[in-house]
Amino acid sequence: MEDAALQSRFAPFVGRESAPLVLDVERGHIRRFAEAVGDTNPIYVDEAAARAAGHPRIPAPPTFAVALRANDPRAGIDLDWRKLLHGEQEFVFARPLYAGDRLTIVGRIAEASVKQTRSGVMDVMVLETVATDGDGARVFTARSTVLVRR
Amino acid sequence: MKETLPPLTRPPITTTQLVQYAGASGDFNRIHFDEPFAREGGFPSVIAHGMLSMAFFGQLVADWAGGPQHIVRLAARFKAVTFPGDRITVAGEIAARDEAAGTVELELTATKPDGTVTLEGSATVRR
Repeated sequence: MEDAALQSRFAPFVGRESAPLVLDVERGHIRRFAEAVGDTNPIYVDEAAARAAGHPRIPAPPTFAVALRANDPRAGIDLDWRKLLHGEQEFVFARPLYAGDRLTIVGRIAEASVKQTRSGVMDVMVLETVATDGDGARVFTARSTVLVRR
Repeated sequence: MKETLPPLTRPPITTTQLVQYAGASGDFNRIHFDEPFAREGGFPSVIAHGMLSMAFFGQLVADWAGGPQHIVRLAARFKAVTFPGDRITVAGEIAARDEAAGTVELELTATKPDGTVTLEGSATVRR
């Protein structure tokens, strides 16, 4: 496509990857997250309840994965946060996250495109975040689609 | 008729909750807690994190499946903006079963009391 209007502003950044970040999954962080989202399942705050439910340690709620933020691969890209919309989100889990996990988090700009909408042209970016454990095994992959109004 | 999950209705979202969620999730986009900034973006007030409603999907599915360890995949499309004061109900139904893989595919929705769909989602559960 030669039409500039159909060229994604984010196309030059596809493939850009953040420096790996090592993060510990902390039980206090899990507790604060569960409180914020209003999930009162005791397994997220009480070790005995977690064990009784068959968990080795306190697990994290599924979307806690979003709180394990990679170094931002968008660093240096001019973004107007008032014009940014979160379009889609997906998590694929190999296993639950547990308090005490030490994970390596890498973010990557995976895709760029443009979308013609009723309110005009939007630049679309897919951010992929991969978390691996100490053995190099993938724990989760998160894909986030963000749209920015022009 | 399709098998449904017991729906979950959350208390109205509060601005305090949005600040709690910003801190817990690390999403510090000011549109979620800075009213003048949100107005400049064309919104009447701050808007809720879409991911907060997606957490309600996580709770719905984990409660139904018997824990977060059963969730293989969780996905959402954000369809409409949610504001402080909105009361969100999440619901789901079984869309397909894969007997060989031992998985169930769920379709999920989040709605406001007036019927506005704020999120559509799906999940894969291994039971």
